[in-house]
Amino acid sequence: MKTARDTWYMVVRQARNLMREPIWIVMMVIQPMVWLILYGQLFKNVTRLGGFGTGSYITFLAPAIVIMNGFFGATWSGMAMINDLEHKVIERFLATPASRVSLVLSQIVRSAITAGLQGIIILIVSIALGVSIRTGALGWIVIVLTGMLWMQETARFNPVDWGVRAAREVVLPGTAWSTVGWYLLFLLLLTVLTTAWATWAFRAYQRTL
Amino acid sequence: METIVVDGLRKAYGDVQALDGVSFEVREGEVFGLLGPNGAGKSTTVRVLVTLTSPDTGAAFVGGHDVRTHQAAVRRTIGYVPQDSGVDQFGTGRENLMLQGRVQDMAGRDLRNRVEELLGLVGIADAADRIVRTYSGGMRRRLDIALGLVHRPKVLFLDEPTTGLDPEARVAMWEEVSRLARAESLTILLTTHYLEEADQLADRLAIVSQGRVAVEGTPTALKAGLRGDAVHVEVADDRLDAARGVLATVGAPPETTIGERTLVARVDHGGTALPHILSALDAAGIPVESVAVSRPSLDDVYLHFTGRDFQAEDRAA
Repeated sequence: MKTARDTWYMVVRQARNLMREPIWIVMMVIQPMVWLILYGQLFKNVTRLGGFGTGSYITFLAPAIVIMNGFFGATWSGMAMINDLEHKVIERFLATPASRVSLVLSQIVRSAITAGLQGIIILIVSIALGVSIRTGALGWIVIVLTGMLWMQETARFNPVDWGVRAAREVVLPGTAWSTVGWYLLFLLLLTVLTTAWATWAFRAYQRTL
Repeated sequence: METIVVDGLRKAYGDVQALDGVSFEVREGEVFGLLGPNGAGKSTTVRVLVTLTSPDTGAAFVGGHDVRTHQAAVRRTIGYVPQDSGVDQFGTGRENLMLQGRVQDMAGRDLRNRVEELLGLVGIADAADRIVRTYSGGMRRRLDIALGLVHRPKVLFLDEPTTGLDPEARVAMWEEVSRLARAESLTILLTTHYLEEADQLADRLAIVSQGRVAVEGTPTALKAGLRGDAVHVEVADDRLDAARGVLATVGAPPETTIGERTLVARVDHGGTALPHILSALDAAGIPVESVAVSRPSLDDVYLHFTGRDFQAEDRAA
């Protein structure tokens, strides 16, 4: 309960700080649009090579952009954490009864919300550009969810690929829901593991103070 | 009654023994100073007491709670104002205070009133809704202290409260701290490497040197414990040993040396002894560069109890 409450307060803090820099909000909306429209047009003919499962390259591209966004968003949340560490904001909270997990979790939640909102915008634009999501509303949710869950980076397994595959599966013809389910489960597990790992690393860091 | 009890704290970082058996006690309602040069172990001691790190051995209690086993209770009892600010620079002063209160489980009208009260108390009410990045150094430090006080702690830890402030803001901060200590009936533990600050603020102090408490007492008692006045005599560097011998013959045997050319002797009356010292040195043909007589200061106390010069040690760290 305390963890949930503290996480919420921390998310509000970060969201408020973000709102104060409208340039970031603009960047967050414009950047994926540039990718989507620029690459969508640039490589539009690549689907003639075949093997894309669709004749429309932008249909193939859109879900990948959503996931890529989640990836960059997660990197930024890491940056926000480093900034807080450097300015001893974290240290100040560590000397209070603030929940330890909330310090890590709030970064993840904030970046998930951002990635989710961006995902929705990207999908709206893609539809305007002629992408039709074969699985309808449920497919939407899956795409946005994979984008949100993709929060941390591990080089060995490629979770970006899990996300892209799951997201594509719902867009392209012949959706295999079991594939989608497995990839989502992997991502969820990964998120839990990396959160636990980050919290543990945090405690280890505290011992070195 | 003792609010803080520290007993034989030891902690090593690799080969560096940061704490080498620190012990002291702080009574309820007093302002206690940990004085020492940079690297003496003051901040590490505070970090142990505010549960940010744990000692290798030794025990410490704050407000009766063991800092190793009852961390949550300690964290509710204390306010901690770290050396490096720790405010969210992109938020306003009020937002920072509200969040600090919330993680301390305060809410609603109680929290809002307390924040309002503190903003007034530390004198930043006019800047409450400005982004902290636009604050001056002194204002930021005031906010830091307010952050430590939101949840009405019984004990406040101030780690180097005036480092980085200009002399004027420093004096203002001293007044502030004294006033807050009374207004909030706080027990305060502050660390400082300014002798003057410890002298001004602390009811009692402990001089920390190389991970240990060298001496403990009220500033007045510590200074009174030193006999008479200090005489500093600066001579040409190759004549130091000769000068030492000369001083011993006129009843002012040097206690210590500062740097390459200054001898420090302790005499009952500086004014009476000085002419004898100077004429003896003159007779021996030793040129005197400068000479100074001073009433005992905490500088002298430090020098006396640790055998080292405070300023030199502070710079070296």
